[in-house]
Amino acid sequence: MELFLYTALFAPLVGSLFAALFGASPRTKIAGIVPSILLGVSLISSTVLLVLVLITGHTVHVEMMTWMATGDLYIPFGFIVDQVSVTMMMVVTLVSTVVHVYAIGYMNHDKGFNRFFAWLSAFVFSMMVLVMSDNFAGLFIGWEGVGLCSWGLIGFWYHKESATWAANEAFIMNRIADLGMLIGIFLIYWNTGTLQYDGAFAAMPALTPETLTWIGIFLFIGAMGKSAQFPLHTWLADAMEGPTPVSALIHAATMVTAGVYLVVRSNELYSLIPHVGLFIASLGAFVAIFAASMALVNRDIKRVIAYSTLSQLGYMFVAAGLGAYWVALFHLMAHAFFKALLFLGAGNVMHAMDSELDPFKMGGLGKTMKGTMIMMTLASVALAGIYPLAGFFSKDLILEVAMIEHHYIIYSVLLFTAGLTAFYSFRIVALIFHGEERYKLFGFHPHEAYKFMLVAMSPLLFLAVIAGSFKMTYFEMVTYILPATEYHVHNPAIYWIMTIGTQIFVIISIYYAYKIYMSRDIKVPDGTSKMEKSFAYKLLINQYYIPYFYEECFVKPYRELSTLCWTKIDQKIVDASVDGIAKAFYATGENTRAMQSGNLSTMLKWMVAGTVALLSLAVVFGLAARYSGEIKVILSGLGV
Amino acid sequence: MEIGLNHYLVLSTILFSIGLVGVMRRKNLLMLFFATEILLNSVNISFAAISHYYGDLTGQMFAFFVIAIAASEVAVGLGLLIVWHKKHNSIDLDTMSMMRG
Amino acid sequence: MFEAIAFYLFAFLTISMFYITVTTSQALYALTALAAGMIFISAFFFILGADFLGAVQIVVYSGAVMALYAFGMMFFDTTREVKEKQGNKAIIFGLGTISAVLIVLIFAAPLVSGNAEALFPMTPGAGNTQEVGMVLFTKYLVPFEVAAVMLLVAMISGIVLAGKKMDLSLTLMNEDEIREMRREENKKVLS
Repeated sequence: MELFLYTALFAPLVGSLFAALFGASPRTKIAGIVPSILLGVSLISSTVLLVLVLITGHTVHVEMMTWMATGDLYIPFGFIVDQVSVTMMMVVTLVSTVVHVYAIGYMNHDKGFNRFFAWLSAFVFSMMVLVMSDNFAGLFIGWEGVGLCSWGLIGFWYHKESATWAANEAFIMNRIADLGMLIGIFLIYWNTGTLQYDGAFAAMPALTPETLTWIGIFLFIGAMGKSAQFPLHTWLADAMEGPTPVSALIHAATMVTAGVYLVVRSNELYSLIPHVGLFIASLGAFVAIFAASMALVNRDIKRVIAYSTLSQLGYMFVAAGLGAYWVALFHLMAHAFFKALLFLGAGNVMHAMDSELDPFKMGGLGKTMKGTMIMMTLASVALAGIYPLAGFFSKDLILEVAMIEHHYIIYSVLLFTAGLTAFYSFRIVALIFHGEERYKLFGFHPHEAYKFMLVAMSPLLFLAVIAGSFKMTYFEMVTYILPATEYHVHNPAIYWIMTIGTQIFVIISIYYAYKIYMSRDIKVPDGTSKMEKSFAYKLLINQYYIPYFYEECFVKPYRELSTLCWTKIDQKIVDASVDGIAKAFYATGENTRAMQSGNLSTMLKWMVAGTVALLSLAVVFGLAARYSGEIKVILSGLGV
Repeated sequence: MEIGLNHYLVLSTILFSIGLVGVMRRKNLLMLFFATEILLNSVNISFAAISHYYGDLTGQMFAFFVIAIAASEVAVGLGLLIVWHKKHNSIDLDTMSMMRG
Repeated sequence: MFEAIAFYLFAFLTISMFYITVTTSQALYALTALAAGMIFISAFFFILGADFLGAVQIVVYSGAVMALYAFGMMFFDTTREVKEKQGNKAIIFGLGTISAVLIVLIFAAPLVSGNAEALFPMTPGAGNTQEVGMVLFTKYLVPFEVAAVMLLVAMISGIVLAGKKMDLSLTLMNEDEIREMRREENKKVLS
C-alpha cells in the first residue's frame, strides 16, 4: 500500500519538475499533458487508498526518512493516510486533475503555458504534503509550499501591476497568520515534546486549560490566514487576479480549506477547549454573512464567487467550531466540487467574453453557451442547497448542528446567509445567461469553450449533484477517528418545518434574483441610479471600506516608517558608515599619496618617522609587560 | 668619577641622532653613505660597551659582523653610485624620483 | 680618572667630527672628518678593553672603507655643489633625537632590570684577541663564514657594477661625446 501512497504523493512533483524543464521554452502541449496524466495517476492511487480505507478501516502510516534528529527533537518525514487525510487527498487530486485538463484548454493561448503547469503541479504536491503529513512540521512545510505556489500563481501574469500586488498581498497576509501558526507549533512542542499528531494529542489532556487555549488560538490564527477569515480576508477577493483555473483549484477547492482541515485535524485539541470552538463558530457565522453581503452587489463574477467561497468557509468553521468536525469536512468536500465547477464555468464565460468580468455587460449568453449555462446553474443550485444536490446535505446539516447545539443566533445568521447565497448566486447566473443580450453593445462575440473542457468539468458536475448521497457512508468512514455525533432533530415536526422552511426561503430568494435581474430594463450601472447612491450599496461595493482602512492604518504608516528607516537609519547611519569607511580609505590614499613622491629624501624621513613609531610601541609594550602587575592593581582599583 | 655603561649609551645615542639627522638632511648621496656609517658606528659603541660591562663577548661579535656588513654595503653602494652617476651625471637625491608611485 | 678624561675627550672629538661630517657642504671635509671620527671611536674600544675590535675598526674603516670612498669620489664631480634644499629642521632633529632616546631605552631596559646574563663570559687571564678568536671560531663559526661569503659577493658586485665602461671617463670626454653616449644609452633603455 505504501507504493500507492508514494505514487499519490510524488506523481504531482514529477509532473511539476517535468513541466519546469520546459519553463524557458515556448509553449508545448506536452508540458500540460504529462502533468495532467501524472495527476490522473495520483488520483487513481488516492482512489485505491480510499477504497482500502473505506473497506478495511485500516490506515497507512509510513515513515519515509528522518528529517531532523537533534537531542530530544525528532521529526521524520512521515505520512499518514487515514479517514480524514484520504478525504482531502481525494478532493485535492480530483479537483486538480479536472483543473489541469481544463487548463490545457484555458491556457492554450498563454505564453506562460509551461510555467503555469509547473506551478500548478507544485501546488498539488505541496497540498498533498500538507494533508498527508503525520506531524505538524510536515504540515507546516506543505502549508508554506501552498502559500508559495499560490503567490506564484496569483501573480502569474506578473506584467500586470494588480496581479503582482494581489500576489504580494496574499503572501504577506498569509505570513502574518503563519507566524501565529508557528507559535502554536512551538507551543505544542514546548508542552508535549513531540510534533507527531498522535503523540501530541495524546499528551494534551494533561496540559492546563490556559496552555491549550493559547495553542488553540495560535493554530487558529494560522487557519484564519489560509482560509481568509475576518480580519485577514481581503486577500482572497484580490487573489482573483490569477488565472481562473487557479482560482478554482486553490482559492475555492483546496488551499483555502486547509484552515478547516487544520481545525478538523486538531479536533482532539479543540474538543478540550469548547470556548475557543465557540469563538471559531461565531467568527465563522460572522464571516458567512459578512462575505455574502459583499457578494450581493459586486460587479465582478469571479469576486462574487470568491466572496461566496469565503461565506462557505464561514459555514465550515461554524461546523468545526461547534464540534461537528465530520460535518465540516463533508461540507468542505461537497463545496470543493460545486465551487470549482462554478469557477471553471466563470472561466468559460471569461474566455467567451475576452476576459470581461462585469456580468452587467453580458446577458443572454445562455443561447450560445448552453453547456456552461447548465453547469453553472446546477452548481449554483447545489451551492444554494436545494434538494437533492450536494449543498442541501452538507449545508443544511450545518444549520441543524447550530440548532441542535442551541446556538440560535448562529442558526438564524446562517439561515439568513443561505438566502443571501441563493440570491447572489442566481443574480450572476441571471445576469450572465438570461435577459437582454447586452454584450452586443460592447462588440463581444461569445463562443462556447472547447468540448474537452466541458467534458473535463463533467466529473465535478456529477459529484456536485450526487455527493449528498454519500453522506451516511462518509459518516461511517470518518467517524473512525472523528467524534461520531449524529446530528438529528428528534422532533419530526421541527425537523420538517426547518427543512421545508429553509427550502422555501431559498427558493423565494432565487425567484427574486431571477425576477430582478432578468427584467429587460437592466442596464449597465453607471452610478446614477438611486440604489447605487444609497449608503448600504456604497458600503458593500467598497467591501465595508476595510481595504481602505488597512491601507490607511497599516500600509501607509508602515510605508512611512519604512521611508523613515530608509532615509534616516539606512541612509544616514548604515550607508553613511559604510561609505564613510570607503571614503576614509580614499581620503587616506589621496592624502598620503604625497608620501610616495619618489623622492628618496622624503622617503627616508618617513622611514625614520616609522621607526620612531615602532620603537615607541616597543617601549610602551615593554613597559606594560614590565609593570603588568602594577597596571592590574591600578585597573582593579578603578573598578575595571 | 667612574665612567659607567650609561655614559657610553648616551654617547651612542648622541652619535646615532647625529647620524639620523645626516640621513634626513643630506641630499648628496655620498654624504648619505657617510651618515649611514655614523649610525653603524654609534651602534658599535653600544655593543662594545655592553660587552665590556657585562663581561660577555657576544656584543663584540655583533660589532664584528656590523663592521663586515658596513664594508660590504660600502662596496655595493659605491658601485651602484658610480653606475648612477655615469648614467645621470648627478648624485643628487632629489633626482632619484623613478620610484614615484 | 684617566679613563674619564679619555672618555670625555674622545666623546667630544667624535661628536664634533661627526657633526662636521653631517653639516659640511664640502665632500672632502666630510670624508676627512668621518675618517677621523672612526679612529676616535676605536679609542673607545681600546678603553673598553676590546683591543681586537679597535684594531679592526681602524683597519677596516680608516683603511678600507675610507679608501673606497676616496676612490669612489674620484669618479664624481665633487666640485659641483649638490643643492641641500632643506625642509623643516625641527622635524629632522626632533625625529633623530626621539629615535635615539627610544633605542637607548630599549637597550637599557633589560640591563637596568639586571636579568641579562653573559652568554659567553670572558675568560679571565686570556687576552682579548685570544678570547675573540675562541668565540668567533667556535660559537660563531657559521655566521663568520657567511659574513665572509657576503663580503666576497659584495666585492664581486662592486667590481661588476663599477667596472662597466671603465675605459670611458666623463671627465676626459668632451660635451658632444657625452651627449652622444647618453643618447645611445637612452635608446637602449627605451628599447
